[in-house]
Amino acid sequence: MFQASEHNLRSKRREALFRTLFALMTLVLIVPVVVIIGTLVVKGAPVISFEFLFTDPINGMTEGGIFPALIGTVWLVAVALLVSVPLGVAAAVYLSEFAPDNWFTRLINLAIINLAGVPSIVHALFGVGAFVLFFRFGTSILAASLTLAIMTLPVVIVATLESLRAVPLAFREACWNMGATRWQTIRLVVLPNAVSGILTGIILEVSRTSGETAPIMFTGAAFFLPYLPESVFDQTMALSLHLFVMTTQVPGVPEHLPYGVALVLIGLVLAMNALSIAFRVYLRQRKKW
Amino acid sequence: MLPSDQSSAYDPLRKPPKFAIRTNGLNVWYETFQALFDIDLNIRHGKVTSLIGPSGCGKSTLLRCFNRINERLGYVRTEGSINILDHDISTPGTSLAQLRKQVGMVFQRPNPLPVSIRKNVLFGLDLHHEGSAPHGRSERDNIVEEALRQVLLWDAVKDRLDQKATALSLEEQQKLCIARLLPVKPIILLMDEPCSALDPEGTEAVEELIWTLRGSYTIVIVTHNMAQARRASEECCFMLLGKMIEHTRTKEMFVTPKNKETADYIEGRYG
Ligand SMILES: Nc1ncnc2c1ncn2[C@@H]1O[C@H](COP(=O)(O)OP(=O)(O)O)[C@@H](O)[C@H]1O
Ligand SMILES: [Mg+2]
Repeated sequence: MFQASEHNLRSKRREALFRTLFALMTLVLIVPVVVIIGTLVVKGAPVISFEFLFTDPINGMTEGGIFPALIGTVWLVAVALLVSVPLGVAAAVYLSEFAPDNWFTRLINLAIINLAGVPSIVHALFGVGAFVLFFRFGTSILAASLTLAIMTLPVVIVATLESLRAVPLAFREACWNMGATRWQTIRLVVLPNAVSGILTGIILEVSRTSGETAPIMFTGAAFFLPYLPESVFDQTMALSLHLFVMTTQVPGVPEHLPYGVALVLIGLVLAMNALSIAFRVYLRQRKKW
Repeated sequence: MLPSDQSSAYDPLRKPPKFAIRTNGLNVWYETFQALFDIDLNIRHGKVTSLIGPSGCGKSTLLRCFNRINERLGYVRTEGSINILDHDISTPGTSLAQLRKQVGMVFQRPNPLPVSIRKNVLFGLDLHHEGSAPHGRSERDNIVEEALRQVLLWDAVKDRLDQKATALSLEEQQKLCIARLLPVKPIILLMDEPCSALDPEGTEAVEELIWTLRGSYTIVIVTHNMAQARRASEECCFMLLGKMIEHTRTKEMFVTPKNKETADYIEGRYG
């Protein structure tokens, strides 16, 4: 009496078909990742050495290391964060904790989301117009970092907003009812509980920013500049641009060298992501509510 | 006492007014919906007064008027006067920080902050003395101990004051939420269904606690639970659809209610 009907069997076959199909699609998804990282490791690992990381490129970038580019990337990202984190966190705190819920606030939120969708080349052109030319910062770390900062601002704001909203209303109510002002509530309860999420957002941000090429290419990153920058008004090399230049602009670069640069760049990004995940896990275990 | 300057601070040695809370013609609207109608209420100083009535009749709304926390919503309109210890709290000179220091509130769901037990107890104190950390370590320890003793929690938690408050049982959390109000020396404690998230034993323990706090504080407790109102309060107010129907001594209300609607409610005819 419990024998499968023809209809049951057909349903079953169809299910098996779709399951296999979706599994294959997932596989297709991870193949490129595996191939990319695999190739980079295989071809790039042999060039990675202490010298490679800590010496200047020589002979028209066909030999030597990547030290100025590595340091340049650190500079660019650090200055960008110095601008975007305080600005973004402050804006998010205002939007989430103070701003009244009206059409203007909603407009701002919409603008932030749209800003996140602006292509990076548009940010680059804006950076040239605003920072290089109008504010006369010239092509410099400052101009490039400000461009990166503008580009990453929406991400910082959104990450912060989400972490702030994840703090239960009950904590805020407890504070208000004890006579705390909004600012006391934010400082003593909301921010300490949101900080893990905010930091995770920022670390992810770092990893994304360090790989950007277009926004820095016209605003402050140099093709070849084998010195370390001395101030934010200097130009600098950067890993991402260095890679671009090596592979497309300079003849006679040995094949393995760009792979090494790419591996360092990706290693940096993955390390940042791993750090952010570890951080999140750690903080989540620590807080219990 | 409510303005922020210290000279006019409430003096506990002065003979307190007979009534801790007096409202006159109090009407409250949520946008266009009227939640309270012409509430005239006198709550005696130093007594436990319970507020009963079917759900949605405006008990929480009334309670939230007494520390002006309703205003947070932004769309609440209040008319009429509310006097706390003979001070009109709607005057522009009223400091909300001072008002909420003197009028503490406990919620249905215990809401300890996700910090240590000790920090929870000292939170209000630090809030109101920010910058000028007025107490030494031993003095702070004494304050913590005294507050936790008052809520009958000291023996249970004295060895784990630095543990997270959120790890306590619900009953302990609720007691802690009461303890946390005490270091700033409030006069009135408002409790909005403080036992409804607790199991029967927890309920009994918190009721017992409320009973021991009687006399030292004016307590207004909202409850769904008729037996609880009867056991744990000296005066009782019955509300229905935003109106105050009856307010008498608890004993009288449960034995000889004057009003037919009150009688119907306490006999469980609607609820
Ligand atoms: N934040 C609010 N916004 C709009 N209406 C509300 C709000 N809070 C309560 N009300 C309404 O006011 C009435 C009284 O609510 P409340 O004071 O919570 O009743 P009770 O505590 O007696 O159950 C209810 O009809 C409820 O729907
Ligand atoms: Mg209620």
